[in-house]
Amino acid sequence: MTVLRTPGGLSVRFRPRALTVGAGAALLAVGLGLVALGSGDYPMGPADVLRTLSGGGTPAEQFIVQELRLPRLVTALLVGAALALAGTVFQSLVRNPLGSPDILGFTQGASTGALVVVVLGGSSLALAGAAVVGGLGTGLVIYALAWRRGVHGYRLVLVGIGICAILTGVNGYLLTRAPLMDAARAVLWLTGSLDGRGWANAGPLLAVTAVLTPVVLVGCAPALRMMELGDDTAGALGVPVRRLRLVLLAAAVLLVSFAAAAAGPVSFVALVAPHVAKRLTRAPGPNLVPSMAVGAALLVGADLLAQRAFAGHQLPVGVVTGVIGGGYLVWLLAMERRAGRL
Amino acid sequence: MDPGSSRLGGTALTLAYDKRTIAEDLTVAVPDHSFTVIIGPNACGKSTLLRALSRMLRPSAGAVLLDGRDIHGLPARRVARTLGLLPQSSIAPDGIAVAELVARGRYPHQGVLRQWSREDERVVAESMAATGVADLADRPVDELSGGQRQRVWIAMVLAQQTPLLLLDEPTTYLDIAHQIEILDLCARLHEEQGRTLVAVLHDLNHAARYATHLIAMRDGRVVAAGEPATVVTAELVAEVFGLPCRVIDDPESGTPLVVPAARRRTTVAGLA
Repeated sequence: MTVLRTPGGLSVRFRPRALTVGAGAALLAVGLGLVALGSGDYPMGPADVLRTLSGGGTPAEQFIVQELRLPRLVTALLVGAALALAGTVFQSLVRNPLGSPDILGFTQGASTGALVVVVLGGSSLALAGAAVVGGLGTGLVIYALAWRRGVHGYRLVLVGIGICAILTGVNGYLLTRAPLMDAARAVLWLTGSLDGRGWANAGPLLAVTAVLTPVVLVGCAPALRMMELGDDTAGALGVPVRRLRLVLLAAAVLLVSFAAAAAGPVSFVALVAPHVAKRLTRAPGPNLVPSMAVGAALLVGADLLAQRAFAGHQLPVGVVTGVIGGGYLVWLLAMERRAGRL
Repeated sequence: MDPGSSRLGGTALTLAYDKRTIAEDLTVAVPDHSFTVIIGPNACGKSTLLRALSRMLRPSAGAVLLDGRDIHGLPARRVARTLGLLPQSSIAPDGIAVAELVARGRYPHQGVLRQWSREDERVVAESMAATGVADLADRPVDELSGGQRQRVWIAMVLAQQTPLLLLDEPTTYLDIAHQIEILDLCARLHEEQGRTLVAVLHDLNHAARYATHLIAMRDGRVVAAGEPATVVTAELVAEVFGLPCRVIDDPESGTPLVVPAARRRTTVAGLA
């Protein structure tokens, strides 16, 4: 732990290793982003990309970078960071390393909302809106069912798993009701894809993330660390346990829902980013900022691979996140065991 | 004793979980600067009372008063700077080091831009020294023995720097030597640091030896309260625990010592 103090009595404490991990992952995300902006049917070098970003370049380059590739990159960064933040909050709140939104049913709720629009027919804006409504509605239902003198970790997990199973069935049924063309589009959406994402997709998520990130990081993070000691101990130390849990659950559900609205239910980022961050920082407690950076890097990297790794064939990003994220986590765990830290 | 005259007490409390009522019209006072021990049989409501006194459980009627004000009307952080609680079960996060866990006791004194003052550093070091865990500062909590771990948790509550300290069965799951070690530590905190301690204990003899004030409960009522020498009698133990016994002087400390009656006397003659 490193402490910085001012003569006025202010003090900040941080772990240098966590800072390094966070900064490293953020740099990696930006670096991969620059590569992504420059690659494609119209390749550009990093210098050209930077010049275009700062307002230079030909009108064609301007259009390709600013209107086609940048919104997709921004969406990827935001979805990765938002899912990772939500996943870290969930895992910490329910004190369960598997307590991520894709296992607790929130993601499936967003999918149900989207599928209803696919079956009934509707614009992609309606689809995004329905995903948000589906995610939030599922959040409310799970919260209400898990409520018993407050919401406790294992009840939330069990209720969430139950709801998740129900919604998976509902989603399967909705798919069979959709016309074939729409069903194909729906399956693509359900895998999680960043294809053709524009500023209209990035905008709402940007707004939600910009508001909720400081709420979680500044307003709730120290109290969330205390919650790890158990509800009683946290309460005795002055944490308003119920209110904090409500605020954090609401924030996490909003982040997941808007992320799903922007890119579909991209799998595994919310589950894996917190673990990767924890292994890298080796710090107890929710590693919120490093997780966000890892999530952003993971999604940008996965999308780059999905677009470019298979010549002439683009994959939806959700296919790649699972493979890379899961593979990296397994590798990290194996290395830890070899080093005797597990 | 009048609950209004001490820093912590409860008047006319009804304590209940959902629909299940544990205690009704319960009035207690914790004498200032006492080492108060609450005793009673299982399910008599002693831990529930401690939860109510520590703001963890909101009474369905009556009020817990801290410094003359309803404890539920006070901000959580302010209560946490006056009253500390060691619950029956706490969770140590994976891989956390002793010093780091103790440091978490400073939470109610910290803020966004006041994350780690010199005062925090000093208090954490003092708390670890007072509980004898300073040598373990960098060790992961998961690697410690039960007795060491309990001392670490007590250090964390000490770091909270509260004049009032509530402990819910602090000796449960410890062997006899560690039980005595923890109780000696509590007695030292009470005598040397002048803190008011309230503990729930199972062992009557430990309670009689260490407490300066005893509260005996049964079925959600206070049966007797006062100094151990006057409270612990054979009649009271029979009434509260339903246990026939003799009470003699503890040869070590002179406090009352409860000796349960033998189920059946077997004599040499009887065996023959």
